[in-house]
Amino acid sequence: MERNFTLIILFAALICALGFVPPITLISGVPISAQSLGVMLAGAVLGAGRGALAVVVVVGLVALGLPVLAGGRGGLGVFAGPTVGFLLGWIAAAFVTGWVVSRLQTRFIWLSATIAAVIGGIVVLYLCGTIGMMIVLHKTFGQALLLSLPFIPGDLIKAVVVGWLTAMIGRYRPGALLSRAH
Amino acid sequence: MLSLALPGTSWAHRLSAGVKFGVLAGVMAVMAGLDRPVPLAVAGCAVLGLHATLGWRGLRAGALAMRPVLWIVGLIVIWQLALGTAHEALVLTLRIIAMVGAATFVTLTTPLPDLIALVERLAAPFARFGLSPRLPALAVAMVLRLIPVLRGRMEMLALAWRARSRKRPGPRLIVPMVLSLLDDSDHLAEALRARGGLTPTKLPPRRD
Repeated sequence: MERNFTLIILFAALICALGFVPPITLISGVPISAQSLGVMLAGAVLGAGRGALAVVVVVGLVALGLPVLAGGRGGLGVFAGPTVGFLLGWIAAAFVTGWVVSRLQTRFIWLSATIAAVIGGIVVLYLCGTIGMMIVLHKTFGQALLLSLPFIPGDLIKAVVVGWLTAMIGRYRPGALLSRAH
Repeated sequence: MLSLALPGTSWAHRLSAGVKFGVLAGVMAVMAGLDRPVPLAVAGCAVLGLHATLGWRGLRAGALAMRPVLWIVGLIVIWQLALGTAHEALVLTLRIIAMVGAATFVTLTTPLPDLIALVERLAAPFARFGLSPRLPALAVAMVLRLIPVLRGRMEMLALAWRARSRKRPGPRLIVPMVLSLLDDSDHLAEALRARGGLTPTKLPPRRD
């Protein structure tokens, strides 16, 4: 109980701390932040349940008015804005990433983790984010999806980085990948 | 880490957090249903008026919170003007600004201790399932304490990397970062257990 609690707390703090890493700007001019990388990594390392709970803690801090999102954003206003689907979608993204990592056995951990991050951190996340924009902006699914398309190349890079990081963590400390521990 | 709440004791600060959240939920539900520009403009002005009662710093903090939203709204308005109608663009802009503004107002006027007390009250019914109502408050306190620790550690790792390499560290430093977190979690868990653990102990019924 205590160990699960501290793991969740520490990864929540890591996701917040990654918000302070200056974003890298792609050639297309779209900034990519390290924060959603932390979300995918929480799922890939901690597993579905604990990864999702770490994100729940971060979302809770945002609701409490703490500026823990990249760029010092936070507060209840985020929940009324067009990006609410992406914030809440993080929870599902971490869960699905962790679930896929624990179920998908390929010859390479990096491959499993990259596929998991693409499914959780891109397919599921963009689905949630797009539904959020449909509701807030009263758009059709296609129109809302179009608004978030510029961010997909950055997230693909992040998914590959998450796969690579997960493999490195597994190589140096095989017991550390709690998503794979049964 | 500082909360976004403004320090002070305005009329809105003195209202209880539960009342503010309840009213906000109602206001949001009503605003989401409005689709005419005039009532939405009235709502927007009312929200602006609320911020104004906090003085200049209230207006400034409200505008600051609106900035990242306006970016997307601007894009939508351009799109609407090109393809749809000006009426739709106006309704959309007014509704989002009014709703985000109202939510921000609650954040600005509710100090963190009030919010944590509210969370503890809401979590109280879950004690039946073995979840301590103090857990959310403990989680918030620990994350806030750990964020500067982890930021400091990331800087240390980056310095250690730079002392040895001319290349940029990139995301590879996240590997030692995560491994150190996994070690920390064992130590923190031991420390928590040594202080009585997290599962609520059965206290004798209070006599008062």
